[in-house]
Amino acid sequence: MSGDADPAIRTDTLVKRFGSTTALDGLTMAVPRGEVFGFLGPNGAGKTTAVKVLLGLTRPTAGDGEILGRPLGDLTARRRIGYLPELFRYQAWLTGRELLLLHCRLARMPRASHAAAADEALGLVGLSERANDRIAGYSKGMQQRLGVGAALLGRPELVFLDEPTSALDPVGRMEMRPLIRGLRDRGTTVFLNSHLLTEVEQVCDRVAIVDRGKVVAMGTLEDLLAAREVALRLGGLDAAGRAVVAGFGEVREDGEWLFVRGLAEDRVPVLVDALVGAGVRVYAVEPRHESLEERFSALVTRTAA
Amino acid sequence: MIVLTIARLTLAEAARRRLFLALIILTALAVALTGWGFAQLSSVQFPTGGDVTPEAARSLIVSQVLILVTFMFSFVLALSAAFISAPVMAEDLESGVVLAILARPVRRIELLLGKWLGVLLLIGGYAVISGVVELLVVDLTTGYLPPEPVQAVVLLVAEATVLLTLTLTLSTRVSAIASGIIAVVLFGVTWILGIVGGIGDAFDTSQLSLVGAVGRTLLPTDALWRGAVFHLEPAAVLLAYEQSGRNVAAIFPFAATQPLAPAFLAWCAAWIVLVLAIGWWSFRRREL
Repeated sequence: MSGDADPAIRTDTLVKRFGSTTALDGLTMAVPRGEVFGFLGPNGAGKTTAVKVLLGLTRPTAGDGEILGRPLGDLTARRRIGYLPELFRYQAWLTGRELLLLHCRLARMPRASHAAAADEALGLVGLSERANDRIAGYSKGMQQRLGVGAALLGRPELVFLDEPTSALDPVGRMEMRPLIRGLRDRGTTVFLNSHLLTEVEQVCDRVAIVDRGKVVAMGTLEDLLAAREVALRLGGLDAAGRAVVAGFGEVREDGEWLFVRGLAEDRVPVLVDALVGAGVRVYAVEPRHESLEERFSALVTRTAA
Repeated sequence: MIVLTIARLTLAEAARRRLFLALIILTALAVALTGWGFAQLSSVQFPTGGDVTPEAARSLIVSQVLILVTFMFSFVLALSAAFISAPVMAEDLESGVVLAILARPVRRIELLLGKWLGVLLLIGGYAVISGVVELLVVDLTTGYLPPEPVQAVVLLVAEATVLLTLTLTLSTRVSAIASGIIAVVLFGVTWILGIVGGIGDAFDTSQLSLVGAVGRTLLPTDALWRGAVFHLEPAAVLLAYEQSGRNVAAIFPFAATQPLAPAFLAWCAAWIVLVLAIGWWSFRRREL
């Protein structure tokens, strides 16, 4: 993809310290243009700090980066960027339409385009009916949708969505997915900050998993989840039987299931033959891909906090 | 232009939060009350046959009462300047509203100047409107007008501008309530330093005079108030102060014997620019 040569975002060992706390510890990544990029990590991994540094809201302690080909914090790049902050951060005393018109002015969009841009954004997030109501009277979900609408004003080239579905109910979450895919279809790069694995799995082309301010894995979902495993439900498993299983790969046990990691599909019948030969009764064999959740928990070290 | 957009937003917020309405109602009450008082004063019969004519005695008393009323007004203006400007920046920082604004192509200086301009228009507009109404009421009820009312109102607005600039700069780092309180306390301290300096001037005590001079240089609110008072004093009052020998008028916070020097006015303008620049520097370096 041509985006690789000219990525929407590129960072080089970004470091951000707050006193003795290190929020970003050498963050290096590239986000190709036109993709939905999932930025995944546990709470406190540095996801929001990374977005703030990329937007120029916070200065990095060390390292640097580029956004849409401009240095971090560049004012002209920000004309082409939309941002939904993590929590609702808007003037609740305005009406929905007034807020969008304000952001048209702040984004320095041509005056003649403001009304149409606000209407388009209201339509996209399904708030046209409530456009003239005060935001303070909106439900949390509506406020979040309005925030997404503000981020999409003027069709930006790059959109940062920091936990865009955290306040949405299941229906609202489902509605968000086609919206994000629609952005990709018109060539917008989406940087999706989330700790919701299913959300990321369903809409992202590429994922970076961050932990303690560092990227611990990055790639397309296919690359990341390439590892296959086999789930087995067995009876009469003795030490000899266990030794047979262990010879085929890394084994973990979960209830009555055994999981063998890194086993190619064509080796599955060989494993079954070996087990039967060892006198083990085989009740079920289920070859499967590793889920993002499993990959995530294998990579991310849980801290006591 | 972004600065004007932010200024307009600041004014719109004040209007929508019913701040305008509260100020207008309270001021209307105060004007009505003082108007009634002045009307009472104008119906008092002054004795004839003394050194001064009854008309001169009446306008002398009205002028002094008006200065006291103006002092109350300047105090309300100072409090408003501090407590209106304190949350304008601090609350947006605390709530994170600035994140959504500054992720746009908006410079921090534009946001700061826009907020400053918005509060200035609000406070200045309020000062001008209520000042004009009060003076009209005094003129209607007593037939008295101070010699230079425009200059006085301009200096009162300048006093409020100094305080709002200080508060806004403080609020780039300190919470809204703390910024407001610090500004009001400093306003009070400078007022007292003004009296201390006045005592020094009246009795030729150079150390006390120095304290006063340092006070009005660091925070020129009291000096600007005294400047405003000068323009409200009729010629007879100024003459009386002059004939009293020692500069005793300097002691009283409701009296002034000379106008502000152009150099001092220039310093006030420089002070505002300097403190705004410090606010910008502080805001620029702040983590969001």
